[in-house]
Amino acid sequence: MTNILLQAKHLVKTYSQRSGKFGFGTSLVRALDDVSIELKAGKTLAVVGESGSGKSTLARCLLQLQALDSGEVLFAGQDLAKLDSTALRQVRKNLQMVFQDPFASLNPRMRVGEIVAEGLVIHGLGNTAEQQAKVIAMLKRVGLSESDMQKYPHEFSGGQRQRIGIARALVLSPKVVVCDEPVSALDVSIQAQILLLLKELQAEMALSYLFISHDLRVVRHIADDIVVMHQGKVVEQGQVEVVYQRPQHPYTQNLLAAIPGKRALSA
Amino acid sequence: MNSLAPLLQLQNISIAPKNAADRLLVKQVSFSILPGKTTCVVGESGSGKSLTALSIMGLLSKQLRLTSGQVLFNDGESGVQDLTHLDDSSMRKIRGAKIAMIFQEPMTSLNPVLTVGYQIGESLTTHLGLKGPALQSKIASLLSMVGIPENRANSYPDELSGGQRQRVMIAMSIACEPCLLIADEPTTALDVTVQAQILTLLDELKTRMNMGMLFITHDFGVVADIADQVVVMFRGEIVEAGSKQQVLTNPQHPYTKALLACVPDAEGKKPLQPIDYAWLAENKSLTHMQSQEQA
Repeated sequence: MTNILLQAKHLVKTYSQRSGKFGFGTSLVRALDDVSIELKAGKTLAVVGESGSGKSTLARCLLQLQALDSGEVLFAGQDLAKLDSTALRQVRKNLQMVFQDPFASLNPRMRVGEIVAEGLVIHGLGNTAEQQAKVIAMLKRVGLSESDMQKYPHEFSGGQRQRIGIARALVLSPKVVVCDEPVSALDVSIQAQILLLLKELQAEMALSYLFISHDLRVVRHIADDIVVMHQGKVVEQGQVEVVYQRPQHPYTQNLLAAIPGKRALSA
Repeated sequence: MNSLAPLLQLQNISIAPKNAADRLLVKQVSFSILPGKTTCVVGESGSGKSLTALSIMGLLSKQLRLTSGQVLFNDGESGVQDLTHLDDSSMRKIRGAKIAMIFQEPMTSLNPVLTVGYQIGESLTTHLGLKGPALQSKIASLLSMVGIPENRANSYPDELSGGQRQRVMIAMSIACEPCLLIADEPTTALDVTVQAQILTLLDELKTRMNMGMLFITHDFGVVADIADQVVVMFRGEIVEAGSKQQVLTNPQHPYTKALLACVPDAEGKKPLQPIDYAWLAENKSLTHMQSQEQA
Protein backbone atom coordinates (compact mmCIF):
# COMPACT_ATOMS: atom_id res chain seq x y z
CA MET A 1 0.00 0.00 0.00
CA THR A 2 1.35 3.38 -0.88
CA ASN A 3 1.94 5.82 1.88
CA ILE A 4 -0.09 9.02 1.67
CA LEU A 5 1.93 11.86 3.12
CA LEU A 6 -0.27 14.87 2.58
CA GLN A 7 -4.00 14.69 2.20
CA ALA A 8 -6.56 17.41 1.66
CA LYS A 9 -10.22 16.68 2.27
CA HIS A 10 -13.12 18.74 0.95
CA LEU A 11 -11.30 22.08 0.92
CA VAL A 12 -13.48 25.13 0.40
CA LYS A 13 -12.25 28.68 0.06
CA THR A 14 -14.34 31.64 -1.09
CA TYR A 15 -13.21 35.15 -1.83
CA SER A 16 -15.56 38.08 -1.92
CA GLN A 17 -15.08 40.33 -4.85
CA ARG A 18 -16.37 43.80 -5.53
CA SER A 19 -18.70 43.92 -8.46
CA GLY A 20 -21.38 45.99 -10.14
CA LYS A 21 -21.32 49.75 -10.66
CA PHE A 22 -18.48 51.42 -8.75
CA GLY A 23 -17.89 48.15 -6.91
CA PHE A 24 -20.80 48.68 -4.54
CA GLY A 25 -21.98 45.11 -4.83
CA THR A 26 -20.11 42.03 -3.74
CA SER A 27 -20.02 38.66 -5.34
CA LEU A 28 -18.52 35.46 -4.03
CA VAL A 29 -15.87 33.59 -5.97
CA ARG A 30 -15.38 29.96 -5.10
CA ALA A 31 -11.62 29.56 -5.47
CA LEU A 32 -11.69 26.06 -4.02
CA ASP A 33 -14.91 24.13 -4.28
CA ASP A 34 -14.78 20.80 -2.43
CA VAL A 35 -11.22 19.94 -3.43
CA SER A 36 -9.72 16.67 -2.21
CA ILE A 37 -6.22 15.50 -3.15
CA GLU A 38 -3.67 12.95 -1.98
CA LEU A 39 0.10 13.29 -2.25
CA LYS A 40 1.97 9.98 -2.02
CA ALA A 41 5.37 9.79 -0.31
CA GLY A 42 8.26 10.18 -2.75
CA LYS A 43 5.96 10.97 -5.68
CA THR A 44 5.08 14.05 -7.68
CA LEU A 45 1.52 15.24 -7.90
CA ALA A 46 0.90 17.86 -10.57
CA VAL A 47 -1.94 20.36 -10.25
CA VAL A 48 -2.81 21.80 -13.64
CA GLY A 49 -5.32 24.39 -14.73
CA GLU A 50 -5.56 27.79 -16.34
CA SER A 51 -5.31 31.13 -14.61
CA GLY A 52 -8.15 31.50 -12.13
CA SER A 53 -8.63 27.76 -11.71
CA GLY A 54 -7.62 27.94 -8.03
CA LYS A 55 -4.35 26.02 -8.23
CA SER A 56 -2.23 28.63 -6.43
CA THR A 57 -4.94 29.10 -3.78
CA LEU A 58 -4.77 25.35 -3.21
CA ALA A 59 -1.01 25.57 -2.64
CA ARG A 60 -1.33 28.41 -0.15
CA CYS A 61 -4.17 26.71 1.71
CA LEU A 62 -2.25 23.44 1.96
CA LEU A 63 0.65 25.21 3.65
CA GLN A 64 -1.76 27.16 5.90
CA LEU A 65 -0.51 30.42 4.46
CA GLN A 66 -4.16 31.22 3.94
CA ALA A 67 -7.11 30.21 6.12
CA LEU A 68 -9.61 27.71 4.75
CA ASP A 69 -13.37 28.16 5.00
CA SER A 70 -13.80 24.46 5.62
CA GLY A 71 -12.07 21.16 5.02
CA GLU A 72 -9.00 19.59 6.53
CA VAL A 73 -5.35 19.20 5.55
CA LEU A 74 -3.70 16.12 6.99
CA PHE A 75 0.08 15.88 7.11
CA ALA A 76 1.38 12.61 8.57
CA GLY A 77 -1.96 12.19 10.29
CA GLN A 78 -2.14 15.66 11.87
CA ASP A 79 -4.78 18.20 10.86
CA LEU A 80 -2.75 21.33 10.17
CA ALA A 81 -5.69 23.68 10.58
CA LYS A 82 -6.11 22.58 14.19
CA LEU A 83 -2.49 23.16 15.21
CA ASP A 84 -1.53 26.29 17.17
CA SER A 85 1.16 28.56 15.74
CA THR A 86 4.07 26.96 17.66
CA ALA A 87 3.14 23.45 16.61
CA LEU A 88 2.49 24.62 13.05
CA ARG A 89 5.96 26.14 12.89
CA GLN A 90 7.45 22.78 13.83
CA VAL A 91 5.54 21.09 11.03
CA ARG A 92 6.49 23.79 8.49
CA LYS A 93 10.07 22.54 8.47
CA ASN A 94 8.71 19.62 6.53
CA LEU A 95 6.60 21.69 4.14
CA GLN A 96 8.59 24.03 1.93
CA MET A 97 7.80 26.03 -1.16
CA VAL A 98 9.57 27.02 -4.38
CA PHE A 99 8.03 30.06 -6.04
CA GLN A 100 7.38 31.01 -9.64
CA ASP A 101 9.18 34.30 -9.95
CA PRO A 102 12.86 33.97 -9.06
CA PHE A 103 13.12 37.76 -9.24
CA ALA A 104 10.42 38.56 -6.69
CA SER A 105 10.86 35.73 -4.20
CA LEU A 106 14.40 36.51 -3.00
CA ASN A 107 15.03 39.48 -0.71
CA PRO A 108 17.30 41.81 -2.71
CA ARG A 109 19.00 43.14 0.43
CA MET A 110 20.13 39.79 1.77
CA ARG A 111 23.19 37.84 0.72
CA VAL A 112 22.56 34.41 -0.77
CA GLY A 113 24.23 32.78 2.25
CA GLU A 114 21.77 34.52 4.58
CA ILE A 115 18.78 33.70 2.40
CA VAL A 116 19.54 30.00 2.34
CA ALA A 117 20.50 29.90 6.05
CA GLU A 118 17.43 31.78 7.26
CA GLY A 119 15.27 28.69 7.71
CA LEU A 120 17.97 26.95 9.72
CA VAL A 121 18.35 30.02 11.95
CA ILE A 122 14.60 30.38 12.50
CA HIS A 123 14.18 26.75 13.39
CA GLY A 124 17.36 26.83 15.54
CA LEU A 125 18.90 23.86 13.78
CA GLY A 126 22.57 23.40 14.71
CA ASN A 127 25.16 26.01 15.67
CA THR A 128 26.48 28.64 13.29
CA ALA A 129 29.30 26.50 11.96
CA GLU A 130 26.97 23.60 11.25
CA GLN A 131 24.50 25.90 9.54
CA GLN A 132 27.27 27.33 7.36
CA ALA A 133 28.42 23.86 6.39
CA LYS A 134 24.85 22.85 5.48
CA VAL A 135 24.34 25.97 3.38
CA ILE A 136 27.58 25.40 1.51
CA ALA A 137 26.76 21.76 0.85
CA MET A 138 23.26 22.67 -0.37
CA LEU A 139 24.49 25.43 -2.67
CA LYS A 140 27.04 23.08 -4.20
CA ARG A 141 24.36 20.44 -4.66
CA VAL A 142 22.14 22.77 -6.67
CA GLY A 143 25.07 23.80 -8.86
CA LEU A 144 26.26 26.99 -7.21
CA SER A 145 29.57 27.56 -5.40
CA GLU A 146 30.72 28.53 -1.92
CA SER A 147 31.79 31.99 -3.08
CA ASP A 148 28.19 32.68 -4.19
CA MET A 149 27.20 32.98 -0.50
CA GLN A 150 28.58 36.51 -0.36
CA LYS A 151 26.67 37.68 -3.45
CA TYR A 152 23.26 39.35 -3.70
CA PRO A 153 20.36 37.93 -5.76
CA HIS A 154 20.67 40.57 -8.50
CA GLU A 155 24.08 39.18 -9.45
CA PHE A 156 22.48 35.95 -10.71
CA SER A 157 20.56 34.94 -13.80
CA GLY A 158 16.95 33.71 -13.62
CA GLY A 159 17.95 30.04 -13.67
CA GLN A 160 20.58 30.54 -10.96
CA ARG A 161 18.06 32.40 -8.80
CA GLN A 162 15.67 29.50 -9.10
CA ARG A 163 18.54 27.28 -7.90
CA ILE A 164 18.90 29.58 -4.86
CA GLY A 165 15.15 29.26 -4.22
CA ILE A 166 15.45 25.47 -4.39
CA ALA A 167 18.46 25.48 -2.02
CA ARG A 168 16.50 27.62 0.45
CA ALA A 169 13.59 25.18 0.41
CA LEU A 170 15.68 22.01 0.62
CA VAL A 171 18.26 23.03 3.24
CA LEU A 172 15.72 22.12 5.94
CA SER A 173 15.41 18.58 4.55
CA PRO A 174 11.64 18.87 4.11
CA LYS A 175 9.33 16.00 3.26
CA VAL A 176 7.00 17.93 0.98
CA VAL A 177 7.96 20.69 -1.46
CA VAL A 178 5.25 22.74 -3.11
CA CYS A 179 6.56 24.07 -6.43
CA ASP A 180 4.34 26.85 -7.76
CA GLU A 181 5.14 27.16 -11.48
CA PRO A 182 8.89 26.85 -10.79
CA VAL A 183 9.98 26.84 -14.43
CA SER A 184 7.42 28.93 -16.24
CA ALA A 185 9.52 32.12 -16.07
CA LEU A 186 12.59 30.39 -17.52
CA ASP A 187 13.95 29.81 -21.01
CA VAL A 188 13.29 26.32 -22.31
CA SER A 189 16.94 25.23 -22.01
CA ILE A 190 17.17 26.49 -18.40
CA GLN A 191 13.79 24.90 -17.72
CA ALA A 192 15.21 21.51 -18.70
CA GLN A 193 18.16 21.98 -16.30
CA ILE A 194 15.90 22.88 -13.37
CA LEU A 195 13.47 20.03 -14.06
CA LEU A 196 16.33 17.52 -14.11
CA LEU A 197 17.76 19.00 -10.90
CA LEU A 198 14.37 18.69 -9.18
CA LYS A 199 14.11 15.06 -10.28
CA GLU A 200 17.61 14.20 -9.03
CA LEU A 201 16.99 15.86 -5.67
CA GLN A 202 13.70 14.03 -5.31
CA ALA A 203 15.48 10.69 -5.62
CA GLU A 204 18.33 11.68 -3.29
CA MET A 205 16.28 13.27 -0.53
CA ALA A 206 13.06 11.21 -0.81
CA LEU A 207 11.01 14.33 -1.51
CA SER A 208 7.37 14.53 -2.43
CA TYR A 209 6.46 17.31 -4.81
CA LEU A 210 3.21 19.12 -5.31
CA PHE A 211 3.93 20.60 -8.71
CA ILE A 212 1.70 23.41 -9.88
CA SER A 213 1.86 24.19 -13.57
CA HIS A 214 -0.11 25.26 -16.59
CA ASP A 215 2.32 23.60 -18.99
CA LEU A 216 1.15 20.09 -19.79
CA ARG A 217 4.37 19.23 -21.57
CA VAL A 218 6.38 19.91 -18.40
CA VAL A 219 3.90 18.00 -16.25
CA ARG A 220 4.16 14.94 -18.46
CA HIS A 221 7.88 14.80 -17.69
CA ILE A 222 7.91 15.42 -13.96
CA ALA A 223 4.68 14.08 -12.50
CA ASP A 224 3.44 10.66 -11.43
CA ASP A 225 -0.11 11.73 -10.73
CA ILE A 226 -2.17 14.65 -11.97
CA VAL A 227 -5.09 16.74 -10.74
CA VAL A 228 -6.90 18.90 -13.29
CA MET A 229 -8.63 21.96 -11.85
CA HIS A 230 -11.22 24.15 -13.50
CA GLN A 231 -13.00 27.04 -11.79
CA GLY A 232 -12.13 25.85 -8.31
CA LYS A 233 -13.19 22.25 -8.85
CA VAL A 234 -11.19 19.11 -9.47
CA VAL A 235 -12.55 17.85 -12.78
CA GLU A 236 -10.24 14.88 -13.22
CA GLN A 237 -7.45 13.12 -11.38
CA GLY A 238 -5.36 10.02 -11.81
CA GLN A 239 -2.06 8.67 -13.04
CA VAL A 240 -0.37 10.88 -15.62
CA GLU A 241 -0.11 8.24 -18.37
CA VAL A 242 -3.73 7.25 -17.97
CA VAL A 243 -5.09 10.80 -17.97
CA TYR A 244 -2.95 11.82 -20.97
CA GLN A 245 -3.93 8.77 -22.99
CA ARG A 246 -7.60 8.68 -22.13
CA PRO A 247 -8.80 12.00 -20.74
CA GLN A 248 -12.38 11.62 -19.54
CA HIS A 249 -13.52 15.16 -18.81
CA PRO A 250 -14.12 17.49 -21.79
CA TYR A 251 -12.05 20.23 -20.10
CA THR A 252 -9.02 17.92 -19.84
CA GLN A 253 -9.51 16.89 -23.47
CA ASN A 254 -9.58 20.57 -24.38
CA LEU A 255 -6.38 21.33 -22.46
CA LEU A 256 -4.52 18.42 -24.01
CA ALA A 257 -5.69 19.38 -27.49
CA ALA A 258 -4.41 22.93 -26.97
CA ILE A 259 -0.79 21.89 -26.36
CA PRO A 260 1.12 23.84 -28.99
CA GLY A 261 2.68 21.71 -31.69
CA LYS A 262 0.24 18.87 -31.22
CA ARG A 263 -2.08 19.78 -34.05
CA ALA A 264 0.78 20.25 -36.47
CA LEU A 265 2.48 17.00 -35.52
CA SER A 266 -0.63 14.88 -35.73
CA ALA A 267 -1.60 16.46 -39.05
CA MET B 1 6.73 28.68 -56.49
CA ASN B 2 9.51 31.23 -56.26
CA SER B 3 7.77 33.69 -58.53
CA LEU B 4 6.59 35.52 -55.41
CA ALA B 5 8.78 38.52 -54.73
CA PRO B 6 9.78 38.74 -51.09
CA LEU B 7 7.77 41.25 -49.08
CA LEU B 8 10.64 41.99 -46.77
CA GLN B 9 14.31 41.20 -47.05
CA LEU B 10 16.74 41.73 -44.18
CA GLN B 11 20.29 41.93 -45.46
CA ASN B 12 23.26 41.72 -43.10
CA ILE B 13 21.58 43.50 -40.22
CA SER B 14 23.96 44.25 -37.34
CA ILE B 15 23.03 46.10 -34.16
CA ALA B 16 25.37 47.42 -31.48
CA PRO B 17 25.18 49.79 -28.52
CA LYS B 18 26.06 53.37 -29.50
CA ASN B 19 28.96 53.58 -27.07
CA ALA B 20 30.42 50.16 -27.95
CA ALA B 21 30.16 49.73 -31.69
CA ASP B 22 32.30 46.60 -31.69
CA ARG B 23 30.05 44.70 -29.25
CA LEU B 24 27.47 43.40 -31.72
CA LEU B 25 24.13 42.32 -30.23
CA VAL B 26 22.85 41.20 -33.62
CA LYS B 27 25.40 40.00 -36.20
CA GLN B 28 24.88 39.96 -39.96
CA VAL B 29 21.31 38.72 -39.86
CA SER B 30 19.65 38.08 -43.23
CA PHE B 31 16.33 36.44 -44.04
CA SER B 32 13.21 37.19 -46.04
CA ILE B 33 9.45 37.04 -45.65
CA LEU B 34 7.08 36.15 -48.47
CA PRO B 35 3.54 37.52 -48.78
CA GLY B 36 0.98 35.18 -47.19
CA LYS B 37 3.71 33.21 -45.39
CA THR B 38 4.87 33.09 -41.78
CA THR B 39 8.52 33.26 -40.82
CA CYS B 40 9.21 32.28 -37.20
CA VAL B 41 12.29 33.56 -35.42
CA VAL B 42 13.15 31.25 -32.51
CA GLY B 43 15.75 31.72 -29.80
CA GLU B 44 16.34 32.06 -26.08
CA SER B 45 16.23 35.38 -24.24
CA GLY B 46 19.14 37.54 -25.30
CA SER B 47 19.44 35.90 -28.71
CA GLY B 48 18.56 39.15 -30.48
CA LYS B 49 15.20 38.09 -31.90
CA SER B 50 13.24 41.07 -30.55
CA LEU B 51 15.96 43.56 -31.52
CA THR B 52 15.83 42.24 -35.07
CA ALA B 53 12.06 42.83 -35.17
CA LEU B 54 12.35 46.33 -33.71
CA SER B 55 15.01 47.26 -36.26
CA ILE B 56 12.54 46.53 -39.09
CA MET B 57 10.12 49.06 -37.62
CA GLY B 58 12.88 51.57 -36.90
CA LEU B 59 12.00 51.37 -33.22
CA LEU B 60 15.40 50.55 -31.73
CA SER B 61 16.04 52.33 -28.44
CA LYS B 62 18.24 55.44 -28.53
CA GLN B 63 21.18 53.61 -26.97
CA LEU B 64 21.32 51.20 -29.90
CA ARG B 65 22.37 51.69 -33.47
CA LEU B 66 22.09 49.77 -36.71
CA THR B 67 25.75 49.38 -37.66
CA SER B 68 25.16 47.73 -41.03
CA GLY B 69 22.54 46.24 -43.26
CA GLN B 70 19.43 46.97 -45.23
CA VAL B 71 15.74 46.36 -44.63
CA LEU B 72 14.23 46.05 -48.10
CA PHE B 73 10.45 46.37 -48.12
CA ASN B 74 8.36 45.80 -51.23
CA ASP B 75 4.62 46.41 -50.82
CA GLY B 76 4.04 46.01 -54.55
CA GLU B 77 3.00 49.65 -54.96
CA SER B 78 5.95 51.94 -54.41
CA GLY B 79 8.74 49.60 -55.44
CA VAL B 80 11.53 48.38 -53.17
CA GLN B 81 12.32 50.75 -50.32
CA ASP B 82 15.20 50.49 -47.87
CA LEU B 83 13.51 51.24 -44.54
CA THR B 84 16.79 52.04 -42.83
CA HIS B 85 17.17 55.14 -45.01
CA LEU B 86 13.65 56.55 -44.78
CA ASP B 87 13.08 59.82 -42.94
CA ASP B 88 10.76 59.95 -39.92
CA SER B 89 7.65 61.14 -41.74
CA SER B 90 7.81 58.51 -44.50
CA MET B 91 8.50 55.85 -41.88
CA ARG B 92 5.43 57.00 -39.95
CA LYS B 93 3.31 56.41 -43.07
CA ILE B 94 4.49 52.81 -43.22
CA ARG B 95 4.30 51.99 -39.53
CA GLY B 96 0.79 50.91 -38.58
CA ALA B 97 -0.44 51.20 -42.17
CA LYS B 98 1.74 48.76 -44.08
CA ILE B 99 3.74 47.13 -41.30
CA ALA B 100 2.02 46.55 -37.98
CA MET B 101 3.23 45.02 -34.75
CA ILE B 102 1.74 43.07 -31.83
CA PHE B 103 3.56 42.81 -28.52
CA GLN B 104 3.77 40.21 -25.79
CA GLU B 105 1.97 42.00 -22.98
CA PRO B 106 -1.58 42.99 -23.93
CA MET B 107 -1.97 44.70 -20.55
CA THR B 108 0.87 47.15 -20.97
CA SER B 109 0.47 47.84 -24.68
CA LEU B 110 -3.07 49.22 -24.39
CA ASN B 111 -3.85 52.64 -22.95
CA PRO B 112 -5.94 52.08 -19.81
CA VAL B 113 -7.84 55.39 -19.99
CA LEU B 114 -9.13 55.08 -23.57
CA THR B 115 -11.89 52.77 -24.80
CA VAL B 116 -10.75 49.92 -27.02
CA GLY B 117 -12.92 51.26 -29.85
CA TYR B 118 -11.09 54.59 -29.73
CA GLN B 119 -7.72 52.85 -29.73
CA ILE B 120 -8.66 50.69 -32.73
CA GLY B 121 -9.97 53.77 -34.54
CA GLU B 122 -6.83 55.84 -33.98
CA SER B 123 -4.82 54.39 -36.84
CA LEU B 124 -7.87 54.42 -39.14
CA THR B 125 -8.21 58.18 -38.63
CA THR B 126 -4.47 58.81 -38.92
CA HIS B 127 -3.74 56.72 -41.98
CA LEU B 128 -7.06 56.51 -43.85
CA GLY B 129 -8.81 59.67 -42.62
CA LEU B 130 -11.95 57.78 -41.58
CA LYS B 131 -14.46 59.71 -39.45
CA GLY B 132 -17.95 59.47 -37.99
CA PRO B 133 -20.28 56.60 -38.93
CA ALA B 134 -17.78 55.16 -41.46
CA LEU B 135 -15.21 54.93 -38.68
CA GLN B 136 -17.66 53.36 -36.24
CA SER B 137 -18.78 50.69 -38.68
CA LYS B 138 -15.19 49.84 -39.57
CA ILE B 139 -14.35 49.47 -35.84
CA ALA B 140 -17.38 47.21 -35.39
CA SER B 141 -16.40 45.02 -38.32
CA LEU B 142 -12.82 44.73 -37.04
CA LEU B 143 -14.04 43.67 -33.61
CA SER B 144 -16.28 41.00 -35.05
CA MET B 145 -13.44 39.84 -37.29
CA VAL B 146 -11.32 39.07 -34.20
CA GLY B 147 -14.27 37.52 -32.37
CA ILE B 148 -15.26 40.22 -29.89
CA PRO B 149 -18.90 41.38 -29.59
CA GLU B 150 -19.30 44.78 -31.32
CA ASN B 151 -20.77 46.45 -28.25
CA ARG B 152 -17.41 45.97 -26.55
CA ALA B 153 -16.08 49.00 -28.47
CA ASN B 154 -17.01 51.18 -25.50
CA SER B 155 -15.22 48.98 -22.97
CA TYR B 156 -11.96 49.92 -21.30
CA PRO B 157 -9.02 47.47 -21.41
CA ASP B 158 -9.41 46.50 -17.73
CA GLU B 159 -12.92 45.20 -18.46
CA LEU B 160 -11.55 42.58 -20.86
CA SER B 161 -9.76 39.29 -20.24
CA GLY B 162 -6.16 38.73 -21.32
CA GLY B 163 -7.19 36.87 -24.46
CA GLN B 164 -9.73 39.56 -25.39
CA ARG B 165 -7.09 42.26 -24.94
CA GLN B 166 -4.77 40.41 -27.27
CA ARG B 167 -7.66 40.20 -29.77
CA VAL B 168 -8.06 43.97 -29.48
CA MET B 169 -4.32 44.36 -30.16
CA ILE B 170 -4.76 42.19 -33.25
CA ALA B 171 -7.77 44.27 -34.40
CA MET B 172 -5.65 47.42 -34.00
CA SER B 173 -2.77 45.95 -35.95
CA ILE B 174 -4.86 44.74 -38.91
CA ALA B 175 -7.07 47.87 -39.03
CA CYS B 176 -5.27 49.37 -42.02
CA GLU B 177 -4.79 45.99 -43.72
CA PRO B 178 -1.00 45.90 -43.44
CA CYS B 179 0.96 43.67 -45.80
CA LEU B 180 3.34 42.66 -43.00
CA LEU B 181 2.48 41.79 -39.41
CA ILE B 182 5.23 41.47 -36.80
CA ALA B 183 4.16 39.52 -33.72
CA ASP B 184 6.61 39.48 -30.80
CA GLU B 185 5.68 36.56 -28.52
CA PRO B 186 1.97 37.45 -28.77
CA THR B 187 0.75 34.38 -26.87
CA THR B 188 3.41 33.93 -24.19
CA ALA B 189 1.33 35.60 -21.46
CA LEU B 190 -1.83 33.62 -22.28
CA ASP B 191 -3.34 30.33 -21.11
CA VAL B 192 -2.85 27.35 -23.46
CA THR B 193 -6.43 27.13 -24.68
CA VAL B 194 -6.54 30.89 -25.33
CA GLN B 195 -3.13 30.63 -27.01
CA ALA B 196 -4.50 28.02 -29.37
CA GLN B 197 -7.45 30.30 -30.27
CA ILE B 198 -5.20 33.32 -30.92
CA LEU B 199 -2.82 31.27 -33.09
CA THR B 200 -5.74 29.99 -35.15
CA LEU B 201 -7.07 33.55 -35.52
CA LEU B 202 -3.71 34.91 -36.68
CA ASP B 203 -3.33 32.08 -39.16
CA GLU B 204 -6.80 32.71 -40.60
CA LEU B 205 -6.24 36.46 -40.91
CA LYS B 206 -2.88 35.87 -42.56
CA THR B 207 -4.48 33.71 -45.24
CA ARG B 208 -7.55 35.91 -45.73
CA MET B 209 -5.56 39.15 -46.05
CA ASN B 210 -2.51 37.58 -47.71
CA MET B 211 -0.27 39.16 -45.08
CA GLY B 212 3.33 38.21 -44.51
CA MET B 213 3.96 37.46 -40.87
CA LEU B 214 7.11 37.64 -38.78
CA PHE B 215 6.44 35.64 -35.64
CA ILE B 216 8.88 35.75 -32.73
CA THR B 217 8.71 32.98 -30.18
CA HIS B 218 10.80 30.77 -27.92
CA ASP B 219 8.31 27.90 -28.06
CA PHE B 220 8.92 25.18 -30.64
CA GLY B 221 5.38 23.95 -30.14
CA VAL B 222 4.08 27.29 -31.41
CA VAL B 223 6.54 27.13 -34.31
CA ALA B 224 5.17 23.73 -35.31
CA ASP B 225 1.65 25.19 -35.32
CA ILE B 226 2.14 28.39 -37.24
CA ALA B 227 5.41 28.62 -39.20
CA ASP B 228 6.19 28.20 -42.88
CA GLN B 229 9.84 29.22 -42.58
CA VAL B 230 11.96 29.02 -39.41
CA VAL B 231 15.00 31.08 -38.44
CA VAL B 232 16.95 29.98 -35.33
CA MET B 233 19.01 32.63 -33.55
CA PHE B 234 21.73 32.09 -30.95
CA ARG B 235 23.69 34.94 -29.33
CA GLY B 236 22.83 37.43 -32.04
CA GLU B 237 23.47 35.20 -35.02
CA ILE B 238 21.36 33.03 -37.26
CA VAL B 239 22.59 29.48 -36.80
CA GLU B 240 20.02 27.77 -38.97
CA ALA B 241 17.23 28.70 -41.35
CA GLY B 242 14.92 26.69 -43.52
CA SER B 243 11.41 25.37 -43.96
CA LYS B 244 9.51 24.29 -40.84
CA GLN B 245 9.62 20.66 -41.90
CA GLN B 246 13.35 20.76 -42.41
CA VAL B 247 14.32 22.60 -39.22
CA LEU B 248 12.00 20.69 -36.89
CA THR B 249 12.47 17.19 -38.25
CA ASN B 250 15.98 17.33 -39.65
CA PRO B 251 17.93 20.06 -37.81
CA GLN B 252 21.51 20.51 -39.01
CA HIS B 253 23.09 22.83 -36.48
CA PRO B 254 24.09 21.46 -33.05
CA TYR B 255 22.42 24.39 -31.30
CA THR B 256 19.08 23.72 -33.02
CA LYS B 257 19.38 20.05 -32.13
CA ALA B 258 20.18 20.94 -28.51
CA LEU B 259 17.33 23.44 -28.28
CA LEU B 260 14.86 20.90 -29.67
CA ALA B 261 16.14 18.25 -27.24
CA CYS B 262 15.30 20.34 -24.19
CA VAL B 263 11.68 20.94 -25.21
CA PRO B 264 9.50 18.53 -23.23
CA ASP B 265 7.25 16.52 -25.56
CA ALA B 266 3.61 15.95 -24.70
CA GLU B 267 4.02 12.17 -24.87
CA GLY B 268 6.86 12.17 -22.32
CA LYS B 269 8.77 9.67 -24.43
CA LYS B 270 12.07 11.40 -24.93
CA PRO B 271 14.39 12.29 -22.03
CA LEU B 272 15.07 15.97 -21.39
CA GLN B 273 18.51 17.13 -22.32
CA PRO B 274 19.78 20.53 -21.17
CA ILE B 275 22.02 22.49 -23.53
CA ASP B 276 25.76 22.10 -23.01
CA TYR B 277 26.81 25.70 -23.61
CA ALA B 278 30.50 25.02 -22.94
CA TRP B 279 30.54 22.44 -25.69
CA LEU B 280 28.75 24.82 -28.08
CA ALA B 281 31.25 27.60 -27.32
CA GLU B 282 34.18 25.28 -28.06
CA ASN B 283 32.66 24.34 -31.37
CA LYS B 284 32.23 27.94 -32.47
CA SER B 285 33.21 27.03 -36.04
CA LEU B 286 29.88 25.25 -36.30
CA THR B 287 27.93 28.50 -36.49
CA HIS B 288 26.67 29.68 -39.85
CA MET B 289 25.60 26.31 -41.12
CA GLN B 290 22.68 27.72 -43.03
CA SER B 291 20.72 25.20 -44.92
CA GLN B 292 20.36 25.60 -48.64
CA GLU B 293 16.62 25.70 -48.90
CA GLN B 294 16.16 29.31 -47.76
CA ALA B 295 15.50 31.45 -50.81
